Amino acid sequence: MTHVLDPDALPDEARALMAPPPPYDDVTRSDAAFRAFLHGLPGVDQVGAEARVAMLGTRSIKTTAKAWAIDTAISMVDLTTLEGADTPGKVRSLATKAKRPDPGDPTAPQVAAVCIYGDLAGVAVETLAGTGIHVAAVATAFPSGRASRAVKIADVQDAVANGADEIDMVIDRGAFLSGRYLDVFEEIVAVKEACARPGQDPAHLKVILETGELVTLDNVRRASWLAMLAGGDFIKTSTGKISPAATLPVCLVMLEAVRDFRAATGRQIGVKPAGGIRTTKDAMKHLVLVNETAGPDWLTPDWFRLGASSLLNDLLLQRQKLRTGHYSGPDYVTVD
Amino acid sequence: MNDRLAVRKTYKLYVNGAFPRSESGRTYEVTDSRGHFLANAARASRKDARDAVVAARGAFGKWSGMTAYNRGQVLYRVAEVMEGRHTQFCAEVEAGEGLSGSKARAAVDAAIDRWVWYAGWTDKLGAVLGGSNPVAGPYFDFSIPEPTGVVAVLAPQQSSLLGLVSVLAPVLAAGNTAVVVTSKQRPLPAVTLGEVLATSDVPGGVVNLLTGDAEELGPWLAEHADVDGIDLTGAPAGRAMELEREAAGTVKRVVRPSATEPDWSTDPGLSRITPFLETKTVWHPIGV
Amino acid sequence: MSSPFQYAPAPESRSIVDIAPSYGLFIDGEFVDGTGEAFKTVNPATEEVLTEVSAGSAADVDRAVAAARRAFTRTWGPMRPADRGKYLFRIARLLQERAREFAVLESLDNGKPIRESRDVDIPLAAAHFFYHAGWADKLDFAGLGPNPRPLGVAGQVIPWNFPMLMLAWKVAPALATGNTVVLKPAETTPLTALLFAEICQQADLPPGVVNIVTGAGDTGRAVVEHGDVDKVAFTGSTEVGKSIARAVAGTRKSLTLELGGKAANIVFDDAPIDQAVEGIVQGIFFNQGHVCCAGSRLLVQENIHDEVIASLQRRIGTLRVGDPLDKNTDIGAINSAEQLARIRELSDYGEAEGANRWQPACDLPDRGYWFPPTVFTDVSPAHRIAREEVFGPVLSVLTFRTPDEAVAKANNSTYGLSAGIWTEKGSRILKIADQLRAGVVWANTFNKFDPTSPFGGYKQSGYGREGGRHGLTGYLKGVTHS
Repeated sequence: MTHVLDPDALPDEARALMAPPPPYDDVTRSDAAFRAFLHGLPGVDQVGAEARVAMLGTRSIKTTAKAWAIDTAISMVDLTTLEGADTPGKVRSLATKAKRPDPGDPTAPQVAAVCIYGDLAGVAVETLAGTGIHVAAVATAFPSGRASRAVKIADVQDAVANGADEIDMVIDRGAFLSGRYLDVFEEIVAVKEACARPGQDPAHLKVILETGELVTLDNVRRASWLAMLAGGDFIKTSTGKISPAATLPVCLVMLEAVRDFRAATGRQIGVKPAGGIRTTKDAMKHLVLVNETAGPDWLTPDWFRLGASSLLNDLLLQRQKLRTGHYSGPDYVTVD
Repeated sequence: MNDRLAVRKTYKLYVNGAFPRSESGRTYEVTDSRGHFLANAARASRKDARDAVVAARGAFGKWSGMTAYNRGQVLYRVAEVMEGRHTQFCAEVEAGEGLSGSKARAAVDAAIDRWVWYAGWTDKLGAVLGGSNPVAGPYFDFSIPEPTGVVAVLAPQQSSLLGLVSVLAPVLAAGNTAVVVTSKQRPLPAVTLGEVLATSDVPGGVVNLLTGDAEELGPWLAEHADVDGIDLTGAPAGRAMELEREAAGTVKRVVRPSATEPDWSTDPGLSRITPFLETKTVWHPIGV
Repeated sequence: MSSPFQYAPAPESRSIVDIAPSYGLFIDGEFVDGTGEAFKTVNPATEEVLTEVSAGSAADVDRAVAAARRAFTRTWGPMRPADRGKYLFRIARLLQERAREFAVLESLDNGKPIRESRDVDIPLAAAHFFYHAGWADKLDFAGLGPNPRPLGVAGQVIPWNFPMLMLAWKVAPALATGNTVVLKPAETTPLTALLFAEICQQADLPPGVVNIVTGAGDTGRAVVEHGDVDKVAFTGSTEVGKSIARAVAGTRKSLTLELGGKAANIVFDDAPIDQAVEGIVQGIFFNQGHVCCAGSRLLVQENIHDEVIASLQRRIGTLRVGDPLDKNTDIGAINSAEQLARIRELSDYGEAEGANRWQPACDLPDRGYWFPPTVFTDVSPAHRIAREEVFGPVLSVLTFRTPDEAVAKANNSTYGLSAGIWTEKGSRILKIADQLRAGVVWANTFNKFDPTSPFGGYKQSGYGREGGRHGLTGYLKGVTHS
């Protein structure tokens, strides 16, 4: 395939600067080479992957293990609101909840981050100052990603300027599905550059694959590798605006990808399933999946996040049940 | 009748597509039903049986690997050539079995027709005996019949051509290769059938015909580790149980003899094909 | 590294089962005392004696066969086929209703993880009854000939690796086709068969249709050799299978044998590697490797050997070995001291012959019979561990370079029960599947079973099929298929 000249494409010298880590530093030398590399990754048998997560779904997490897992899950939540109707008030209330999820129990851990639109990042930053809770902003014409690269970059720069220290970008699924892998790669590289913060570490970049639009697990594996090679710090399943969003087989394949990528390059990449994770049981299944796929190194908020909103209250209800010995109810957690 | 002195045929074994004498050098006298000399047939030895098994094993891959359509055509070709030898078969059956001319003709007709019947089975077995299995999961699962391998056949002692065809053709139609011990007293139609096979399109080694004594050769074949199945139809009286026991040592598929030799004129159905077919079941996930 | 996520013990409650201090035989619809010497059955995970069970003597077997014959002649044989089917449907439902009880009892008596008895053995056993129930009044449509008729009394001898599932594989088709049954469960795992006898009572199954005679080899021999048995069905070792084939030689008895295996699991370099690794694990460590169709010979393409072995070892490191009743256990106890000794002996041979033994760090309980998951690399086809059935959690790894070599090595066995193929190339799957001399070929999957799917071996892995339309033929006469 001939690479269509793209006015936004980076010049050769820039491309050299964004080379993937060894031993993969030459796989993006051309469209053909990159395609050969991504299509040379081992296939994923869907039925086998589903059988594996179904088996892991039968793990029974009880008592002390459950208590540990609930607190760990809470600490991994990217507490999210991504509505057209979001307001500074809504974001403030969410951020308040992030700091102290269970008003009645100060031992409940705080969440990892709040995840919001970039224009409201400043509100979150203000509310969360000094807490260590991250502010994640979705960007790059979220959720569709259908805008020119200049607009996407501006979107990212704006969010970073508003104080977001994590950027959740979407990949160009159209480009990916039509085989323009280098375009997708270059865009991630460009966004990564836009994450730069003078005098500080760059904002962490989470790359949303929107796996519900990629459909096949083979595509999920390829997109995961593409995003990791391009310098993403995290790979994230979904925007939450497309169904299916986070599924266990998808998460399995992404965890395999980060595991294999670290083994090959020494670089550890985080994973964030997002969308559709609503119950404690869902969260437990994800933690088991992490534990038995990528391994315990990923069992911290630095390397695994759960993008969710209603999940947090269910985790809190289960936490109350474990502490009090009786079942709790929706009036005992806050509506935010 | 003219007074020309006939040129007699030397009746030999048929092994690996050739007509050797027994490596033992032995022959035995074959007479007609009234005791008159017909021929000195080769008396196969255990080493001839061993060679025949090697030949049959060697031919198995090619024979079983042919398309069923092709195998059917090859078998049909055998019937065509048999038809051309009709007179000779009739004379041999008449002499050996002591039948009237019309009964011998009827037996030969039936034998050729039976061969044709089996030739037509090759490309039906997969559909009739196989199929897909609706398993409770995302898998495509299908079962197909496959030949067992090398089959030893102790051919009927009485019915020297129709009986022989009735036990041999189903083994071949299923895709197996065969080592046959012919009727001891009535071996001549079998040797002629060997000549038919040699001049049709059946690859050498697919059928190996040993004239001689099932009493002597049966145990070697029943115990032979590279024989996958054995048809004991022509086992000498009282020896079938012992042969079945010997066959158990390598878990051979066994067709037991009936108390008396079957009436070969009846419809055999699939009862002589299925004992030498295996069922292979293949699973594969269904996903994207 | 050790995980901060340590799963707390999650034991399945044992209180659901009620094990009596002793058990008799189930003959003619009732529990009766056996006249042989009683034997103990133990929990292999703890060596605790669970109960005492009667050993059936030849006289007991004779009584059981007589009861089965009476039932065949008077009740079960003449019964409307649709009613036979309804009894089987009842049994399937009763098994589902009491599934948890069966699962716990199976894990206690056998040592297999509750996850497997709960999710595989017992649901599949119920499915076998449900499937065959439907056949009872449809045999004329099975395409087996115009007039399929039952054989009579079936004598059935089953192994200890899947006690309840093997019972279902034997009893369900026999009853659906109108036969009656005398079944001998394995000596070390008689309890679920005896619980099944209760199911027969709850189902109001007519007396004598199912008879269960516990005991060891002598009892089995009495069943097989009984003169009034019309059909013998055996699942177990090739050695015993041969002796059974000898014993029924020259009789009228129809015989099916499901014997040992040494399956090749072939992994090509274009395989879906993560699923292949799962398939290798599932293939050899499912049920502690006590599986006749276990993928005990891994044939891996030489150019991906190191990568596959590294993945495999990492994956094996996550297997949880221990208490069979813990819901998170992946590998349970070895069924008996005798089997453990055999596994140890063959593994020691493997090492002595020059293969490399690898086992993950894993803490095994102090009591009970345990063997860690084990991988032998640098195995040559001449090694005993590459040829003999270990029947334990022991994988032998061999390599190949070309498809032809893979097939030649896979087929280089006196067994021919099953095989696995892992490749993303469809035409290669079909070619290799065609060339393998094995009764069940799993492509991009392994150790899958279903009542609709015929199972059984080539070569010395036995003959006859269990499951599907093919499985009916072993219990019928007057059919064109034998």
